Amino acid sequence: MQDRVAIVTGASSGIGRVVAIHLAKLGARVVLISNESIRILEALEEIRAISPESEAFEADVTSLPCLEESVKLTIEKFGRIDILVNNAGITRDALLIRMSHADWDRVLNVNLTSVFRLTRMVLKPMMKARYGRIVNISSVVGVTGNPGQANYVASKAGLIGFSKSVALETASRNITVNCVAPGFIATAMTDALNPKAKEAILSRIPMGTMGSPEDVAHAVAFLASEQAGYITGETLHVNGGLYMG
Amino acid sequence: MSNIAERVKKIVVEQLGVEASQVTEEANFVEDLGADSLDTVELVMALEEEFGCEISDDAAEKIVTVKQAIEFIKKSLDG
Repeated sequence: MQDRVAIVTGASSGIGRVVAIHLAKLGARVVLISNESIRILEALEEIRAISPESEAFEADVTSLPCLEESVKLTIEKFGRIDILVNNAGITRDALLIRMSHADWDRVLNVNLTSVFRLTRMVLKPMMKARYGRIVNISSVVGVTGNPGQANYVASKAGLIGFSKSVALETASRNITVNCVAPGFIATAMTDALNPKAKEAILSRIPMGTMGSPEDVAHAVAFLASEQAGYITGETLHVNGGLYMG
Repeated sequence: MSNIAERVKKIVVEQLGVEASQVTEEANFVEDLGADSLDTVELVMALEEEFGCEISDDAAEKIVTVKQAIEFIKKSLDG
């Protein structure tokens, strides 16, 4: 994907950072979006060592003006957007009966509404260019459900339906929209699980280990590649056999 | 004024990939020129860009023929 311009949200840590690095290694010019002010600069430094033209914008994905500004500056600098990886995501776990309205809203806004907004913004240049690769990071729990995560699961299942609809709308313009659904991946998000919960999860994974962010990054890079142009509306599971679509 | 009509027709030809001769003022984008829903959205985007104006979704819905597009552009440039 030499010289392709790729926006990655949530790019300063976890899966997003590794995805951004991986796309850079494949030759893409990467635009990092994150609300973590120090880490995003660290990530940019690391990525510029690989892909010097890469750029970073400190932006909260729940802020429409921030997203608009980031897209505008990306177009000004590069004149195109080829790839969008909607990766930014958070959890605010609680059993539904105790889940606050604020935690529901926050998770849906970050994980799902931001994807609607950003995808809508990049479609214009992609339609014009008759080229686009959109990859949304869903989750295995978006398909299986998970107690204590009704908000997160709703957002991740929502991404799958959203992707299919937009895939249908944009297929004729050579734009593909797919999901990658990671299982349990070793990141700060899963570090936060208690040891007992972790053990219970590991016992259910046929491969016996958690995945790495690199495992996810390879799947994202594949769907973002030119070669994956005939795949759209699909969800690629990366979960060590935990769930098989 | 005729200049605007020419420019609109040129964009229709480019966006929809049709022959200039097909683009009469009465031509309906969907029925006569084979546009699908996404084509019409792109057409509106192209018109906005060419004439530096904004076409709201409500207004865009009412533009279904070449003539209506020309009239809308003329009106918005006058306004």
